[in-house]
Amino acid sequence: MRTCLADIAAPSIIDATRRVLEGCGVEVVVPRSQTCCGQPGWSAGHPDEARRVARRALRAFRGDDPVVVPSGSCAAMVTHGYLDLFTGRPEEAEARQMAGRTLELSQFLHQNGLRPESAARGSVTLHDSCHMLRLLGERESSRAVLAEAAPGVELREMAQTDVCCGFGGTFSVNYPEVSGRLGEEKARNAAATGADELVACDLSCLLHITGRARRTGIPLRARHLAELLAEDAA
Amino acid sequence: MSKRIPVTYPEITAPLRERTREALADAELGGNLRAAQASWAKGRRQMAEQHDFAAMRERATGIRRDNIARLPELLERLEERVRAAGGTVTRVADSDAACRYITDLAAARGATLVAKSKSMATEEIKLNEALEEAGLRVVETDLGEWILQLMQEHPSHIIAPAVHLNKEQIRSVLAAESGEAVPEGREALVAHARRRLREVFAAADIGVSGVNLAVAETGTLCVVENEGNARLVTALPRIHVAVMGMERVVADWSEAAHLLQLLPMAAIGDDAATYVNLITGPRAPDEADGPVELHLLLLDGGRAALRGTDLQDALNCIRCGACLYSCPMWRSVGGQAYGSPYSGPIGAVVTPLLEGMRGERSSELPFLSSLCGACHEACPVGIPLHDLLVRVRNRVTTPGHRRDRLRFRLWALAWSRPWAYRATRALARGGLRLAGRRGWARRLPGPGAAWTSQRDLPTRWPPRSPSS
Repeated sequence: MRTCLADIAAPSIIDATRRVLEGCGVEVVVPRSQTCCGQPGWSAGHPDEARRVARRALRAFRGDDPVVVPSGSCAAMVTHGYLDLFTGRPEEAEARQMAGRTLELSQFLHQNGLRPESAARGSVTLHDSCHMLRLLGERESSRAVLAEAAPGVELREMAQTDVCCGFGGTFSVNYPEVSGRLGEEKARNAAATGADELVACDLSCLLHITGRARRTGIPLRARHLAELLAEDAA
Repeated sequence: MSKRIPVTYPEITAPLRERTREALADAELGGNLRAAQASWAKGRRQMAEQHDFAAMRERATGIRRDNIARLPELLERLEERVRAAGGTVTRVADSDAACRYITDLAAARGATLVAKSKSMATEEIKLNEALEEAGLRVVETDLGEWILQLMQEHPSHIIAPAVHLNKEQIRSVLAAESGEAVPEGREALVAHARRRLREVFAAADIGVSGVNLAVAETGTLCVVENEGNARLVTALPRIHVAVMGMERVVADWSEAAHLLQLLPMAAIGDDAATYVNLITGPRAPDEADGPVELHLLLLDGGRAALRGTDLQDALNCIRCGACLYSCPMWRSVGGQAYGSPYSGPIGAVVTPLLEGMRGERSSELPFLSSLCGACHEACPVGIPLHDLLVRVRNRVTTPGHRRDRLRFRLWALAWSRPWAYRATRALARGGLRLAGRRGWARRLPGPGAAWTSQRDLPTRWPPRSPSS
């Protein structure tokens, strides 16, 4: 599953995800009829609107193949939010079936023992996105994959890695000052590790953190975990 | 204690975003909140090491779900037992009915001075205002609540009402109240307050308390506190009025014991509260002390209507305040900005539900959250607060939210069709390229303006070196 945000603002993450998976011998199909998981509408308090978009995702990903998403937040929407949207409705069985085979990228790699080979070097610090951490309950997969796939990379944990960066979807534009303050704290914690770059499994957090870092003059480079994993020797 | 201080809630006129801005600009507030949160987090970590918190939380969640499912039956039993012990029980539908009961009682008994211990239910019904209006003098005896009463503010935290203030700020409030110099230092401040408040306990005609839990099996009211003032308020005056949210009932002592242990662990990161007052009926003929009359008010105030809805879990709350400390938003702006005695995640859920969804402050609160889920993690009774926030957002009926829904209707119309999705994607990509030719956009028009008010936007990914 592409994420709509990467599809618009960072197609390189989708390419990288595909290359990582194919490099591990996984056959990748990116359904052309997919749009968005529906989360923006759901979390903003518009479930009827979200359901229309989510139904499109249910249709686009019919079948038994695992659905892999390079975003903890979109994956959590399918595994958690869809139950909220579709319980007691005709699509409930289909939603549960899809939720049962949807995984965030690092989860999919880790659970299947897949080990991409990344030529990345240097040091990184890792941001735990909230939905990955608390809705998927996943803290280990990204660290495990990083250690196995990129032995040349040193992980430097930042302070308060489990605290929200303050993005929060529409929250970031409804309460931009509070959101900005939290983003700044996150950027400072990340920069304080002295790592070469910040890596995360969610583009949304990264857009917010890097944008706030640049505005407040905190030097911080960042990329998505998939991009780090896809880095080849060339 | 000569001055009579009117306690009123300031009309909330500035929109919530404005209030969060003011709070963020207050560096002293930020420091006070950070210190309080750090001390709570340290205590919680210790608790997690010493106890199987996860297992305790699971049991507590089960207990509270069961309590709420059996609420009518448990309340009937509680009423029966409290009456059997000599107490009076009255169900009150709303704030007005609750306040009227107490002012009528005071008039009938010729009371003039009311001493209160900490209670969120009486904050909710704005009891102090009603008592003042009826010509009664009312004094908060919890140190934090007393300070706030003097400042005419509402609590910023469920458990620690004055947590947003520091020692020096408190010293100047107490000095203004007594008209005398107040010595420096935490203990000296407490000693000063104790001396001023002692006069009240002795003279009060009515003591008003809240109820943390009521045990249906024996009709016992549990009042948890750390200062000892609630013990005096519930024991010394001739009349004790306990105001209880109707959802705060448990079936038996096995349940109560579990929750009473978990409450301080979650709330303050400690094994035990300093005082747990267990009150079964008024003074019995063979007892030496205690009030002559005990009145228990069971407050509905919008609670009964939540049963059987997808918001029912909000009733499981035992008001420990852990979700406040855990919330990055509450930690950033404090409880005052919320404009409601219930702040933080649980406040953002219950304030609109208890007040009705149309009010300005009601409609804004549920949106002050990034839905990070830290509140759910911290909650000792497992309330899925992040889900409830989303559901409450859906119920908001203000013009602003209706306009937002219209925008999302257009979004759904486009993004449920792959061709329209691809068209909007092309537009958005083009817009990005146009907005940030050098890889970053510093100022966006229209809906992007709020984003760029605080941040740049990388228009190429991975972003170009931040210094460019």
